Amino acid sequence: MPIILDHVNYIYGEGGPLAVKALDDVCLQIPDGQFVGIIGHTGSGKSTLVQHMNGLLKATSGHIYFNGEDIYDRDFRMKKLRSKVGLVFQYPEHQLFEIDVFSDVCFGPKNLGLDRKEAELKAFDALRKVGLPTELYYQSPFELSGGQKRRVAIAGVLAMEPEVLILDEPTAGLDPKGREEILHQIKELQQKTNMTILLVSHSMEDVAEYVDRIIVMNQGKVMYDDVPKAVFSHYKELEEVGLSAPQVTYILHALKERGLRVDVSATTIDEAVGTILKTLGRT
Amino acid sequence: MLRDITLGQYYQTESVIHRLDPRVKLGGTLCYIISLFFFRNFLGYGIAALFLAAVIGLSHVPFKFIVKGMKAIVFLLLITVTFNLFLTPGEALFTVWKLTVTVEGLRTAVNMAVRLSLLIIGSSLMTLTTTPNNLTDGMESMMKPLKAFRVPVHEVAMIMSIALRFIPILLEETDKIMKAQIARGADFETGNIVKRAKALVPILVPLFISAFRRANDLAMAMEARCYRGGEGRTKMKPLVYERRDRLGYLCLLAYLAVSIGIGRLRF
Amino acid sequence: MGIIQTKDLVYEYIRRDEDGNVEGFTTAVDKVNLDIRPGEFIAILGHNGSGKSTLAKHINAILNPTEGTVWVDGMDTARQEHVWDIRQRAGMVFQNPDNQIIGQVVEEDVGFGPENMGVPTKEIWERVEESLKAVGMYEYRKHSPNKLSGGQKQRVSIAGVLAMHPKCIVLDEPTAMLDPKGRREVVRAVRALNDVEGITVVLITHYMEEIIHADRVFVMDNGKIAMEGAPREIFSQVERLKSLRLDVPQVTLLAYELRKRGIRLPEGILTVEELADALAGSI
Repeated sequence: MPIILDHVNYIYGEGGPLAVKALDDVCLQIPDGQFVGIIGHTGSGKSTLVQHMNGLLKATSGHIYFNGEDIYDRDFRMKKLRSKVGLVFQYPEHQLFEIDVFSDVCFGPKNLGLDRKEAELKAFDALRKVGLPTELYYQSPFELSGGQKRRVAIAGVLAMEPEVLILDEPTAGLDPKGREEILHQIKELQQKTNMTILLVSHSMEDVAEYVDRIIVMNQGKVMYDDVPKAVFSHYKELEEVGLSAPQVTYILHALKERGLRVDVSATTIDEAVGTILKTLGRT
Repeated sequence: MLRDITLGQYYQTESVIHRLDPRVKLGGTLCYIISLFFFRNFLGYGIAALFLAAVIGLSHVPFKFIVKGMKAIVFLLLITVTFNLFLTPGEALFTVWKLTVTVEGLRTAVNMAVRLSLLIIGSSLMTLTTTPNNLTDGMESMMKPLKAFRVPVHEVAMIMSIALRFIPILLEETDKIMKAQIARGADFETGNIVKRAKALVPILVPLFISAFRRANDLAMAMEARCYRGGEGRTKMKPLVYERRDRLGYLCLLAYLAVSIGIGRLRF
Repeated sequence: MGIIQTKDLVYEYIRRDEDGNVEGFTTAVDKVNLDIRPGEFIAILGHNGSGKSTLAKHINAILNPTEGTVWVDGMDTARQEHVWDIRQRAGMVFQNPDNQIIGQVVEEDVGFGPENMGVPTKEIWERVEESLKAVGMYEYRKHSPNKLSGGQKQRVSIAGVLAMHPKCIVLDEPTAMLDPKGRREVVRAVRALNDVEGITVVLITHYMEEIIHADRVFVMDNGKIAMEGAPREIFSQVERLKSLRLDVPQVTLLAYELRKRGIRLPEGILTVEELADALAGSI
């Protein structure tokens, strides 16, 4: 059980006139190896939530445990937490700064105090994991395409070999194929290494396709926390907070309204194809 | 939340002073400061203080808020006073240990303290009652005569107002990049000066790149909206003097005449 | 004659190595011919790097053709004396909402374009009011742009262009950096401009669901126009779109998969209602 949040509250600008409750009594458990999706409209608290998980923001009250240790204990080493819980920010390519791709990816492992050889081995491994072509390793990161830069930035976090990887909208601004490639690579990573992954996303279709569990944030609170099918069965409530369900959910409900006896729980294309074929008696 | 920072600490409220033309306030502040250097007696300062009190009253800015701004300069004030008090030669008043306080010293010290306090309250009142935007407009308009000397007045004002818009955005960006690098294990808090300076590279490089990218985008967006410098431009909010502004100038003149007239007297 | 016309438009840029030596030429736009009629809603699709943004910048005379000609409202964009008329008639909205708002107050930003054009003060106020009302941002006119959401900022940018009374608006991926709610807001505002004000719209995007209401769609690849047609014609070619690194909405994809499995459905289904009706009718 790597991460436990126990009644976590966070108030922006505490005591000031503009104080905002950004996290409101959040209790969560993230077990090993799970692929978790976090959804919520802009300002719902999802980015604030993930920044707590690697200690970048400190809760106003409540406790966070990582592998059984309270991260707010005085002798807890925050730097270790940050290497174990990797956080990839939105538009992570904006943090690249080194003269070539390889040195940039080495930045993380070097900060952990590894010697050059070890750092380079980890960087090499991470770049391979994100599928960047080797001929680009010694190019300036600023000359790469948007999708390639994104991979380099993700590799920069992977090189620290985290146990938990948090990605804040890793596909923002990419074209459809680029989005699919990145998500596919993340899924593969999770399956191969059993890494715990938290994916913050705006795309209900992507979340439905890839994750095991969805956490819905609204006004700093956990609104739903369940498997995708169960969460998307609340599609009307989700709409009220500015979210939605994947399009297939709407299709199945539309069929039901037209008098077809159809199971409405499918959330991905493959599932929906099966459901509809079954309803039409084609299987 | 960094986006909430306002420069020059503008205090939002409705008052005659807030609505005054920025040129009146700029000119007024300038004249007020100059007047403080003309006084030969304390009666002048008394009038200056009264005038300021009246303007503060009209501005609806709580006095507490103004005093808060003074805190930053208390130290400076103390040093000036101390130096003047002990280091001015003249007729000895009394001696403490090896330091002698002179009559002249005492006079200069009080003089300086009062002058500095009034000066700072006066100018901070201007920024408290004028939005940065308005201030830039006022400066642009007042510096217009400098155009004859090929000073790019419009451009300078445009740069200032764009800077004011982008400072909060860049502050927020700095915060984000810093967090991203901390998440990659960067350490900005320990080590000696050289190590700390080096640690800034991963923040400064992305920040500069981002600033240049924004500048580039912005230049393109401005051109796409037909921006081509100050020539032939009209104003959405042109500065026009109204009755209250003329009245403002009159009050200012009256103040200058009275305070300097009386303040220059030798008793 | 169309409002926007291009003839054999080619745009090349020079690639240089680190020392500034010429490495070669990249052809970003390659022999493109367009003829857009007044009042049309045109969508241009394409993956990142397909040349769609470069093409768009020619319509506003930000870029000039290497070869060929672009006419906007009958004016040749390469002729310097037309530049300002062209920019007034073909307004442009860019991707990053933060980098195109100049004013510190919403209404001042919208007034920026008319100020540059030398519009009298009284008329600027009228234009600002009507433009902000057209995009539904009038009540925010006194706000600081920094405190608006992404979708709201983009609507302010659209109002800023609208206040210049253009005949045509080119939007270069205006929704790429927005969340789903912001995307819907912007698309709704753009459709209203086209429907109500009769302004010609050129919308560049890689979100398929945004182009359903377009009159014509162009798909770009490698600087060339790879596909052209009504949305329905484009969406019926799922395989071709995928090979161009694009995607179709789930509803279209689902219909496509069902057709593959022998369900009789019309080609190029665009909406949930359409699919549900077709399926319900097939029983």
